Amino acid sequence: MPSHLLALLFLLLSEWGLPAADGNKVPSASAASERVEVPPPPFSDGIFPCSNCHAGMPADRTRRELTAMHTDIVLKHDETHRWCLDCHDAENRDFLHLASGERVPFEESYRVCGQCHGEKYRDWRAGVHGRRTGNWNGAKSYLLCAHCHNPHQPRFRALAPKPAPQAPKRDMHPTKERP
Amino acid sequence: MQPDDAVNSFRLFSGFTRGSVKLILRGNRAYWMWLAFLGALIVSGALAYSAQVRFGLGLTAMRDQVSWGFYIGNFTFLVGVAAAAVVLVIPAYIYNWKPIREIVIYGELLAISAITMCLMFVLVDIGRPDRFWHLIPPFGFLNFPRSVLAWDVLVLNLYFVVNLVVATHILYRAFHGKHYIKKLVVPLVMLSVPMAVAIHTVTAFLYNGLAARPYWNSSILAPQFLASAFCSGPAILLVVLQLLRRFTRFEIQDAAIRKIAELMAYAMFLNLFLHGAEAFKEFYSNTQHLLFTRYWYFGVGKHHTLVPYAWSAVALNLASFALFISPRARRNVIALNLGCLATYAGVYIEKGMGLIIPGLTPDTLGEIYEYYPTLTELRVAAGIFAMGFLLFTLMLKVAAPISLGEFLGRKETGTFKSPAFAERELPVMSLNE
Amino acid sequence: MVSRRLFTKTATGAAAGMILTACGPKRLYEAPKDQLKARIAEMERKYKAQHGREIQVSDAGPTPGVHFAYALDISRCIGCRRCVYACVAENNQSREPQIHWIRVFAMEKEKGVDFSHADPYYNPAEVPEEGHFYIPVGCQQCENPPCTKVCPTGATWAEKDGIVVIDYDWCIGCRYCMAACPYGARHFNWTQPSVPENEINPNTHYLGNRPRPKGVVEKCTFCIQRTRNGRYPACVEVCPVGARKFGNVLDADSEIRYIIEHKRVLVLKEELNTVPRFFYFYAT
Repeated sequence: MPSHLLALLFLLLSEWGLPAADGNKVPSASAASERVEVPPPPFSDGIFPCSNCHAGMPADRTRRELTAMHTDIVLKHDETHRWCLDCHDAENRDFLHLASGERVPFEESYRVCGQCHGEKYRDWRAGVHGRRTGNWNGAKSYLLCAHCHNPHQPRFRALAPKPAPQAPKRDMHPTKERP
Repeated sequence: MQPDDAVNSFRLFSGFTRGSVKLILRGNRAYWMWLAFLGALIVSGALAYSAQVRFGLGLTAMRDQVSWGFYIGNFTFLVGVAAAAVVLVIPAYIYNWKPIREIVIYGELLAISAITMCLMFVLVDIGRPDRFWHLIPPFGFLNFPRSVLAWDVLVLNLYFVVNLVVATHILYRAFHGKHYIKKLVVPLVMLSVPMAVAIHTVTAFLYNGLAARPYWNSSILAPQFLASAFCSGPAILLVVLQLLRRFTRFEIQDAAIRKIAELMAYAMFLNLFLHGAEAFKEFYSNTQHLLFTRYWYFGVGKHHTLVPYAWSAVALNLASFALFISPRARRNVIALNLGCLATYAGVYIEKGMGLIIPGLTPDTLGEIYEYYPTLTELRVAAGIFAMGFLLFTLMLKVAAPISLGEFLGRKETGTFKSPAFAERELPVMSLNE
Repeated sequence: MVSRRLFTKTATGAAAGMILTACGPKRLYEAPKDQLKARIAEMERKYKAQHGREIQVSDAGPTPGVHFAYALDISRCIGCRRCVYACVAENNQSREPQIHWIRVFAMEKEKGVDFSHADPYYNPAEVPEEGHFYIPVGCQQCENPPCTKVCPTGATWAEKDGIVVIDYDWCIGCRYCMAACPYGARHFNWTQPSVPENEINPNTHYLGNRPRPKGVVEKCTFCIQRTRNGRYPACVEVCPVGARKFGNVLDADSEIRYIIEHKRVLVLKEELNTVPRFFYFYAT
């Protein structure tokens, strides 16, 4: 079980707009939440740091289907147009990269997702997309995109629903009641 | 009031009480069998109710989806009966019609019995009867004037008290060979007429004000309640009066009985007209709100438990209208009584189950749970009706002889006629001062 | 002129009334702080005796400048009902007979939001089902609540932070509020509620999730025991797709304000003018 290491993300206040204009003590959602708790990226066991294997290897930028390693990854995420190195940095596998080439750590993987999914990225920063736990007026715990959406195969699988409610029945206490 | 007068009044009233008890305790076989029958129903009802108190309202068929049922349906119907019983006074004024005036006291006794039953039905319906006092200021808190139920609590109890005071006073004074005190009775009787209209209007507003229930949220509800009340209340009274005429020396003119039947016909016409108006609006506008009316008359999908009751009520109401509108039928004893039965049954169905259940089915989120009462509810309701009938019987047992001058506190000779009834003067029966 | 007898009678009656009113149980509504503390201590004692463990009853009041609102993303809800059961566990709802404060309705995408064609009893192997979407419904915490105005004993009212609450010790169980609620949000204890002892949540609030008796009405209180302590309600935290959002609508920085200002928001049965504080929206 991964320990809950604090990965401190400082989300800019400017993303959340101005504080309440009336100056009154309106408990602000942003007040104590500059420090938020985010669980670490959901790596498979032992896969990180990638440089353990990739440090010595030359980068092969040929688009291909991988056969030697990472065969368990099925890419179903705009796979007709993109492949692994469109998100993973070819020179340093411990990082992802943006379209501009800028390297991005896995803890900020949301910046990669946000390039295409801008609306959801903005909603996520506002706390409207994705699950949050914690305090409505204080510290919250967010999740990275990758915690819910598998970046290689993002479509959710269906869940088994919890049991349906019981329909109202006439006999609440069968032994007491005659038909 | 001097202390002596107070003591004297107390003595006179306890004499009246003792006399009443004597009257109640003498009767023929039929009387005692009737009381035994009512007693059995009461015992059965009490046992069923105690099971309900122990287990909870889960012993009824009410659930979250249909949270009011048989008890409240009966309550609504009986408020109508209570209202109508006293409104007979109106024709006595409008028509200045003596034959009706002498029976008004029986209307009041019926009103008292009906209100008693109403209060009992509310008591058995609430989840915490031990907290009933929460309604009574200053111990509790009555959410007046925001809650229509608070209004209903006030007007029902006030109406009850008014009728009880007037009837007791008149009988008590008649028992001692005196006429009633005009200054006390006349204002109260005048008050009881708008109060009768008020109790049923407020009860209609209970339902009318709920935007969540489109079937009830219709302006036509209050007038329709009054119309159906004015047929059902007198129906019982007509039967009782004929019984009194048969078993006592009570005299009531046929003309009075026929007049009441005629007035009932008009009330039933109004009732049918208002139902028709509602049906037009629902079926012609054809919105989703039609679903409730559909459920009542035609059922929805597989759910049609109430459909036979709906059409029975329609048939009974139409039959009673046909019987009462025809002067020949009104003169025929069998037709008249059939008409009374049809009216009572028709309005009972339409205003009891026919009002409450379709209002709650389908529920606010579209679910249909088909409600019909359990044995517990039937037993408790029968017990309450038996209590009401018992109260009415005992009150009649006291009122009839006293009002006929057959039983007085002091021995009288000759063909004594109670002075209270000697002169047929407004508003009920009085002697010129 | 009032006789001595009349005066004595009236005075005795009034005194008795005042004594009974002063000594007897009263509404929890606007109870003075010290009386409230005493009543709560009594409740905790009673619960200790009944359940054999410490059950804490919070007396947290509303915070000034706070008015709660809720938003539910119907483009995200998959109808998994985890919110329903998280609520049941958090709020000590009766397991037998079953009481659920949240009811999820499966609707067809073709028919849209239409309760006459909705099904709360859906039970497929997996959700979401093809062609369906889901709307969970609970108390809408209306600003113009039809339930509070009809209560004859004043046992239910809206608190200053917008939560509509019930005084379980004052409710007489007449169920008028249930007839008045357009959202089927109120539930009745038709018999003695039962929660397995090891599943009781001991962190309660006097107007919220403390153990309730038979014969009274109950409903969602926006997890008043959590929200008045700054926490999210249980349903918000458990939703696996993050469809549920909660906050202070008076706070311009809150998630709720963001939703109201940027998303297509709707309320149920708007024409009834109940002014719900529970919004539904489409995030996509």
